[in-house]
Amino acid sequence: MKSSGSEKKKEYDKMVQNTSPKPKLLINCVKAFVVGGAICVLGQIIINVLKYWDFNKDDAAMITSMFLIFLGSLFTGLDLYDSLGEFAGAGSIIPITGFANSIVASAIEFKKEGYVLGVGAKMFTIAGPVIVYGTISSVVVGIIYFFFGG
Amino acid sequence: MEYFKAFITGGIICTIAQVLMDRTKLLPARIVVLYVVLGTLLTGLGLYQYVESFGGAGATVPIIGFGFALGEGVMKEVDKEGLIGAFTGGLKATSAGITAAILFGYLAAIIFDSKPKK
Repeated sequence: MKSSGSEKKKEYDKMVQNTSPKPKLLINCVKAFVVGGAICVLGQIIINVLKYWDFNKDDAAMITSMFLIFLGSLFTGLDLYDSLGEFAGAGSIIPITGFANSIVASAIEFKKEGYVLGVGAKMFTIAGPVIVYGTISSVVVGIIYFFFGG
Repeated sequence: MEYFKAFITGGIICTIAQVLMDRTKLLPARIVVLYVVLGTLLTGLGLYQYVESFGGAGATVPIIGFGFALGEGVMKEVDKEGLIGAFTGGLKATSAGITAAILFGYLAAIIFDSKPKK
């Protein structure tokens, strides 16, 4: 019985592999490339406008992130970012606008559980791990840099 | 040319993530975490700086650029403040982004309601 069970599992895996379309990878990649690239071009435009207004490089980059986060939040709230996500996949997840999307989408979804344990807690479902692992890596880099770098 | 470089760099970074999403069982959340950690470490090794000087916003807008900001921030702060900088530099450099994300995220949650899924 056991062996036939595992055989069935193998059969099923094969079936899944066959039905999961492989050529889709190429078209998915093209979409991700174009949308992700376009969001970065938008970021570059904002940076250049800010530099034109005499902001220094660091401030321009910082304000650009904040503005893109604002746009990502707004378009998520308007229910438009999800449609973009269905089309673009990683092209909408990887840019900083996707980080904002992950926060707003979970915050809105769990609004019914209240403003503290719903919105306040659940908004970090995906953004939380990013901040946790990002901060820890930065401490590791900082300590190594202190002892061995510079 | 600057815009073209941003487009190509950002496009490639997103395409790599798309391949990981389609070809491995990695969930998007794990890929995003992987990118941030990778960005921080590559910056610590002094490598991501080359990507940034080539790609501009194409390198900083993707979430791997958040790692770049963490790495750059922590090293600058260690230069200035010594070992304590290792604990303050990362979040200092990214505080505006994190605050913006919390503020705009919270406001959006107050203003908008979840739509029923089609």
